[in-house]
Amino acid sequence: MLNVGALNEGYVLDHIKAGYSITIYNDLQLGKLDCTVAIIKNARSKKMGKKDIIKVECPIEDLDLDILGFIDHNITVNIIKDGKIVAKKDLSLPKQVTNVIKCKNPRCITSIEQELDHIFVLSDEKNEVYRCKYCEQKYHSKKKSGNKLIDVRK
Amino acid sequence: MRHLMSPMDLSVEELDQLLDLANDIENNPKKYAHACDGKRLATLFYEPSTRTRLSFEAAMMNLGGTVLGFSSANSSSASKGESVSDTMRVTSCYADIAAMRHPKEGAPLVASMSSLIPVINAGDGGHQHPTQTLTDLLTIRSLKGRLDNITVGLCGDLKFGRTVHSLIEALVRYENVKFVLISPEELRVPSYIREEVLTNNNIEFMEVERLEDALPDLDILYMTRVQKERFFNEEDYVRMKDFYILDKQKMELAKEDMFILHPLPRVNEISVEVDKDPRAAYFQQAQYGVYVRMALILTLLEVEV
Repeated sequence: MLNVGALNEGYVLDHIKAGYSITIYNDLQLGKLDCTVAIIKNARSKKMGKKDIIKVECPIEDLDLDILGFIDHNITVNIIKDGKIVAKKDLSLPKQVTNVIKCKNPRCITSIEQELDHIFVLSDEKNEVYRCKYCEQKYHSKKKSGNKLIDVRK
Repeated sequence: MRHLMSPMDLSVEELDQLLDLANDIENNPKKYAHACDGKRLATLFYEPSTRTRLSFEAAMMNLGGTVLGFSSANSSSASKGESVSDTMRVTSCYADIAAMRHPKEGAPLVASMSSLIPVINAGDGGHQHPTQTLTDLLTIRSLKGRLDNITVGLCGDLKFGRTVHSLIEALVRYENVKFVLISPEELRVPSYIREEVLTNNNIEFMEVERLEDALPDLDILYMTRVQKERFFNEEDYVRMKDFYILDKQKMELAKEDMFILHPLPRVNEISVEVDKDPRAAYFQQAQYGVYVRMALILTLLEVEV
């Protein structure tokens, strides 16, 4: 087993679907952080067979749990203090995400008014369906249907 | 302060109250003639719409109020690049209530977020047109005396017609409403209406291709225009266009107490000879559109008479 040094303070994102750690690294903009970040790919998992793990040495406040819940609410978030897991955070589908995905409807008002926030509201929790707040264009969180997460977070 | 963006913003109870108020206005117009004295309606129309704009203006004038606004984006500061939000914030200083039509979907919602006055969506692209739906509901309820226990036929372009989608969504909230969806294969209702609205709510509906097949069962026939450009080929258009033209002969198949509605403008889908038929209710419908907008203005301005 590959050994990556234990964190003193920070968080561990566990049970990431194998192969998705780089996507999550980018979506959470972890590249912008000036701290230690470790990505572990294809770790053995009893539950999942294979999984990815991300370890980040920075305060939990810097992590956007809404975005993480939106990307994959099955990820486990372990909060580490003094080298020990002090809390686990459960993720859920956020009721609303702002500037995380972009509305692709060319008839939506967001297509012409650039300064507007792109807001998607959870409309069907069971099927993980979000809709644009303005034009109600559908977005399937499950399918991740080609709507790229956008880099306009404020 | 409330806005109206979609017909579904109103609960069934609120809708009933609004329609009751509209009927009271119809029966006692004088009682309401000065209800909005000193109040102003701003009509912010970023694209032309004669009927809806005039209906809103007539509604406000009937209440004793005045109107100001613009009727195309070219004659507004949008042509200088002003945002919808800024235009609305400024309009809030000039008027007490606003009706906005915009070609982009969600523009009236954006306006409402910065507005200090109630905003009514007067049509945003192919998205919502709530006052048309309120008009349709008032017309059906006034003519039939109820919104439940009816069979409604919707005929023509059911794919792109937003008035049809909104009307279905509004009517499924009432008991025992059945739908007959009459359209060519290419112009059938979108799957989200068929599955999420009709099937999920256990609503009885059938889809047919010929108007004649449906007519005898209907209490309401809601006609829409079938545009030639919506067909994939000329041959299909020629083959089918007559199915969707309502004439005197087809009207013989309809019940004596069926009513014909149409959001207008009508082109040739209802032959002019049908206008004389007492069951032709589309011009009355335009009149109901004024009453329901009057009721809406009073409700959103919280004016009690």
